[in-house]
Amino acid sequence: MEAAMGLMRRIPPKHTETALSALLSLLPHHSSELLSQVDQPLQVLCDVDCGKEFILCEYNRDADSYRSPWSNKYHPPLKDGAFPSIVLRKLEVEANDIFAIYRDQYYEGGFSSVYMWEDDNEGFVACFLIKKDGSKTGQGRRGYLQEGAWDAIHVVEVGPEEEGVAHYCLTSTVMLSLTTDNGLSGTFSLSGSIRRQMDMNLSVAEGHICNMGRMIEEMESKLRNSLDQVYFGKTREMVCTLRPPAEVVMRLPDC
Amino acid sequence: MADVEEAELSDKQKKEIAKWFLLNSPAGEIQYVSKDVKAILNDEELYNEAASEAFPLYNKSQMICLEMPGRIGDVLVTSFGELKENEFLDLRTAQVAIVDHIKQVCTGLRPALDDELPSPYVEEFRCSLDAEILKYVGEAYPKGVCSVYCTKGKDVEGPGSDFDLVVVISAARLSPQNFCNGSWRSVWNIEFKDVEQILELRGKLQVGAHYFEEGNVQLDAKHECKDTTVFQSPDDCAITIASIIRHHETEYLASLEASYSNLPDTTFKDLRRKLPVTRTLFPWHNTLQFNLTRDLTKELGIGK
Repeated sequence: MEAAMGLMRRIPPKHTETALSALLSLLPHHSSELLSQVDQPLQVLCDVDCGKEFILCEYNRDADSYRSPWSNKYHPPLKDGAFPSIVLRKLEVEANDIFAIYRDQYYEGGFSSVYMWEDDNEGFVACFLIKKDGSKTGQGRRGYLQEGAWDAIHVVEVGPEEEGVAHYCLTSTVMLSLTTDNGLSGTFSLSGSIRRQMDMNLSVAEGHICNMGRMIEEMESKLRNSLDQVYFGKTREMVCTLRPPAEVVMRLPDC
Repeated sequence: MADVEEAELSDKQKKEIAKWFLLNSPAGEIQYVSKDVKAILNDEELYNEAASEAFPLYNKSQMICLEMPGRIGDVLVTSFGELKENEFLDLRTAQVAIVDHIKQVCTGLRPALDDELPSPYVEEFRCSLDAEILKYVGEAYPKGVCSVYCTKGKDVEGPGSDFDLVVVISAARLSPQNFCNGSWRSVWNIEFKDVEQILELRGKLQVGAHYFEEGNVQLDAKHECKDTTVFQSPDDCAITIASIIRHHETEYLASLEASYSNLPDTTFKDLRRKLPVTRTLFPWHNTLQFNLTRDLTKELGIGK
């Protein structure tokens, strides 16, 4: 299993799906572990009842069907599928509406879904998902990207409320890839994935959605900056190490 | 239970999967990948088969550089210099290196035979070009290795026929302790056209970088370029070719830098903005605003 995770860290991110299915076929008895630990780009399905897309993941899946957060129905229809309680479903509906607006403000397009379910500790778990296609044929407003994808998965474990305070544990994964292609300079492709965690104890005065939302917003900004400055920055540094820019070369003595 | 499930995947299929992982290893990481693949496959014979097929392909595609015994220099493992699966020609020293692909080392040397080398006429051009490229690579790449091969017309005796040379530049920076590896590969095909008395150059540049400290991010950049120049004496050809290559590669580096500079504010924005248009954080607590906005979004149909 360790070897499998090691491989996932090395294989180019754009091959994640192929690598994962390869591993699943080589290690069938580890499939549930692999599926829960390895993040894959998100898929989307259309909810035929209301004409809106929803995101598929392990958290809204039961057997081979997926539950839509908009209509709360399984696609394809499933007998005895798992559903959140009525109370939790109400929170889930509100979260989906608010998160859709958040998503529009930051992503200017894309799809989002929120799924909630009770856990064993009298708390609950919520999963916020975003999928954005930023390519110029997709929803990239400015047309810079030949290909661009941002997939975010935020899982928040919310503990039971004690004296007006609840414990929130957020695990976020962002997978992104972008390719610019402008003829003159060939193709430039960056892709990657990172995962981080954040724990907080917050007063429930303003409600769970508010607390989870703020944590997610902070986390996404951190991840975006990290990816851009640290991660992509390191690859940029590497290029300059391989072949320093002309100004550096000129300073070298003439052979 | 293990037997029933493993029977679903044939040995051949497992081998192909193992090969796929090996071939898709980032620069300088195949040894690490091979350890993981070996552990998962749990079948030494099958692994060895996969490795013996995958390593030579990987080594040639990555254009790895191996030290030749006797401190005479390095040999590049490329398809251009391949005489046999494990024999690679180094024209600068007129030696043939015997290579162990899986261990990625040069295990032996033998002098090149006359018919493995280009004719004296072609060699004059090749040798002058090699010297100029060596100079260029020494200046431009802190750790670059280069080689010039003849890919067509190596037996051409004198003027009157065309021949092709190829310039290969390979630089790798491996820093696994810093979780960062990278490689630069340039392949320049040069057609020496006798009748037209011109040289046609086609360059293919490929840069890769991998950073994997608590994450996995990779750069994959490619570029193709063309140029032409006149057919001159071997020395003059060499100087012109080297300067054309230098010019294009420097320009390419600058455009890579520009792509990186555009990332944070421009390119990235098509994926996710730094802040909403309002330039403030999202007002999660303001439910009144939500009710209004929610009605608005419903009316305008934005929520879709």
